[in-house]
Amino acid sequence: MLNTLMDAFALISTWEVVIALLAASVYGLVIGSLPGLSATMATALLVPVTFYLSPIAAIATIVAASTMAIFAGDIPGALLRIPGTPASAAYADEAYAMTRKGEAELALGAGVWFSAVGGIAGTLSLMILAPPLAEVALSFSTFEYFWLAFLGLMCATLVARSSPVKAIAAMFIGLLVACVGIENPGGVPRFTFGLTDLFGGIEPIPALVGVFAVAQVMRAMLTPEPPPIPRRKFGSILAGQWNLTKKYNVQMTRGNIIGIIIGVLPGAGADMAAWVSYAMSKRFSKEPEKFGTGHVEGLVEAGASNNASIASGWVPSLLFGIPGDTIAAIAIGVLYMKGLNPGPTLFTEKASSMYAIYLMFIIANLLMIPLGIVMIRLASHVLRAPRSSIMPVIMLCCAVGSFAIGNNMFGVVTVATFGIIGYVMEENGYPVAAMVLGIVMGTMVEQAFVTSLIKSDGSILPFFERPISAILAAMAMGAVIWPVLLWLWQRLKRKSPAPKPAG
Amino acid sequence: MPKITRRAFAASSAAAAAFAALGSRPALAQAYPARPVTVIVPWGAGGGTDATARIVAALLEKDLGQPFNVINRTGGSGVVGHSAIASATPDGYTIGMLTVEISMMHWQGLTELAPKSYTPLALMNEDPPGIQVGSASPYKTVKELADAIKAAPVGKFKASGTGQGGIWHLALVGWMQAMGLPANQVAWVPSNGAAPAMQDLAAGGLDLTTCSVPEARAIIEAGKARSLAIMAPARNPAFPNVPTLKEAMAIDYSTGAWRGIAGPKGLPADVATRLTASLKKVYDSPEFKDFMGNRGFGTVWGDAAQFAAFMDKGDAQMGVAMKAAGLSKA
Repeated sequence: MLNTLMDAFALISTWEVVIALLAASVYGLVIGSLPGLSATMATALLVPVTFYLSPIAAIATIVAASTMAIFAGDIPGALLRIPGTPASAAYADEAYAMTRKGEAELALGAGVWFSAVGGIAGTLSLMILAPPLAEVALSFSTFEYFWLAFLGLMCATLVARSSPVKAIAAMFIGLLVACVGIENPGGVPRFTFGLTDLFGGIEPIPALVGVFAVAQVMRAMLTPEPPPIPRRKFGSILAGQWNLTKKYNVQMTRGNIIGIIIGVLPGAGADMAAWVSYAMSKRFSKEPEKFGTGHVEGLVEAGASNNASIASGWVPSLLFGIPGDTIAAIAIGVLYMKGLNPGPTLFTEKASSMYAIYLMFIIANLLMIPLGIVMIRLASHVLRAPRSSIMPVIMLCCAVGSFAIGNNMFGVVTVATFGIIGYVMEENGYPVAAMVLGIVMGTMVEQAFVTSLIKSDGSILPFFERPISAILAAMAMGAVIWPVLLWLWQRLKRKSPAPKPAG
Repeated sequence: MPKITRRAFAASSAAAAAFAALGSRPALAQAYPARPVTVIVPWGAGGGTDATARIVAALLEKDLGQPFNVINRTGGSGVVGHSAIASATPDGYTIGMLTVEISMMHWQGLTELAPKSYTPLALMNEDPPGIQVGSASPYKTVKELADAIKAAPVGKFKASGTGQGGIWHLALVGWMQAMGLPANQVAWVPSNGAAPAMQDLAAGGLDLTTCSVPEARAIIEAGKARSLAIMAPARNPAFPNVPTLKEAMAIDYSTGAWRGIAGPKGLPADVATRLTASLKKVYDSPEFKDFMGNRGFGTVWGDAAQFAAFMDKGDAQMGVAMKAAGLSKA
């Protein structure tokens, strides 16, 4: 054990690995913080570079870039209300509200601090619990995934500030968008209107960039410049984080655990972890009325959660070659290419390489604190720049980023279209975040439901018979019925004392 | 100082323009390739096709002395990138990687593109499907599994490996037909690729998967699944214990997912010959062999004529299977 650890240290303490780790960290921070360029894209663009690196250095670049990019997505979310990655979309409104209140450093500091804590918690779970966690992941069949995705959709009503009815409506628009394309269980083109480009469906990233970034630019063009945030020195970023850690340690721990569990499940990654955790935070908070007005509690929980899921997402990848999310899918390709074939033998025969990967996760998360602070300081100048010079740059980033996804003009058109949709929805009080959730989860809900029915020959009983499935079903049902019961109870309570003064 | 910079810039851009003009002279007038070549990949960065294309491009660059730039043209389930290759100017400066989908999509009526829309250059890779069952499955050999499938009512057994009408679905249909069974004897459960299907197999949600053995490797090595046979003419050297269908059941049926390099239709003969010769060198290089071996990808060589014949045969085979499965619109 100690020997393998020493070997692992020797493996990562070469100049090549150190430089690769540092360069990839800076790269990940920059890509993640630009609206329209996602963490997945940052990782995918690194693949050709890894061809020329040693195995450990190659993995180091992937680990560092993905860790940094997920955190960096919080920066434009907090400063401009334009989340850099879908994982930041759940709490972008909240973080932006804090910035408007003059608490940008607290919001971003919470982002970097709790991301690092979550990342390290996720790494520890990867180190200690990989085999049992992998067993959990393997016991999930499509029946369980259906309920999980269903629960994910339920979060739409919880996170939205507007009326639940409008949130549900927005979510259904997202589900409709998820129907487009040929990649559905039937393999039949739907809503493609004969356009080849629509066969692949609408990806969540261009839709996200459109409804948040482009819609924000449109709003900026039509509304007068908001009263400037008082010019003052940007305060300390880490001050106060320790107090938050003590105050919200329950929330932080819960975020870590939820993130680890969701990350381990293949197909449900950082995006879902952030949504579920933010919703949980609001549900169990002592002061839920403060959510949406610039309250840090949800940021703590969701920020810890999405970074925890990144590390635990590697568990099924390393043990079974099953990707936990799109970033892990790319990482698996690199692992194979470098002769570190995923499988249980990786943990026994190549233990020192495994420990080297663990160490890199921890180093990347520690490195995130100083580098993140530098990045936040640089980015904070955005708040002082005139809006007329920021908005065109954002537009340019959106266009370049959406083109780069597929080297295809279709991405740019998608972003523009969703910009208009997002603008119209926001103007009428429909939360666009709920629509993004619908797009992210829609495919999973449908795929899990239809394939489950094919497997059970059309019977819905297995959705309730399998043990984990039954628990998830009970939770989903509870989440639907609970608000209704609460509403009825309150009505009854209000009614019953009412007759007394009358009588 | 700024003046000089500007003048230097003007001079260098003029030189660049002149150089570009030089490069764009008819390709036949000078040795091919005289300028960088674009290699179009119809699938996303980071996937298996992308990785294969990038290693081929890197080795072509080494051999021919010009940059070979890989561009991922994704979207439309592969249709977008495949069209971009077919519609490029046939001068040898845009080539691309074709995948098995080109012999499938036109049967479904999704595109007009077919193998004949291209100038084939070389076949580089083929991965045959395996037949995998979960570790708790009672079937120890493919014969036992096949007998149980024959005895069971239609649709009792559930299989997966990819989406509806995907290559592994058609492999299953082809196997069923080779045994004289209806195409839907085993129900197909569509999935988003081989990895989720293997996971569901391990979770006990499926009876078998028909994805390629390399895709199933990690789960098999984890002891959660077994490979009973492969639908290939010969055993895979990486899995010497897995028999072929012919050995195990005397059924001579083989298919596979393949990748090859091609240009748009009407590529000049000398350019095509040059590229095929260079691709042969790439194929024989230890770098390529190592790379493919590490990823677990099978290597198969076919020159231009062999690749064309290979695609025609595969195209006809896919047509039969897709008609049997009721997926064909043609």
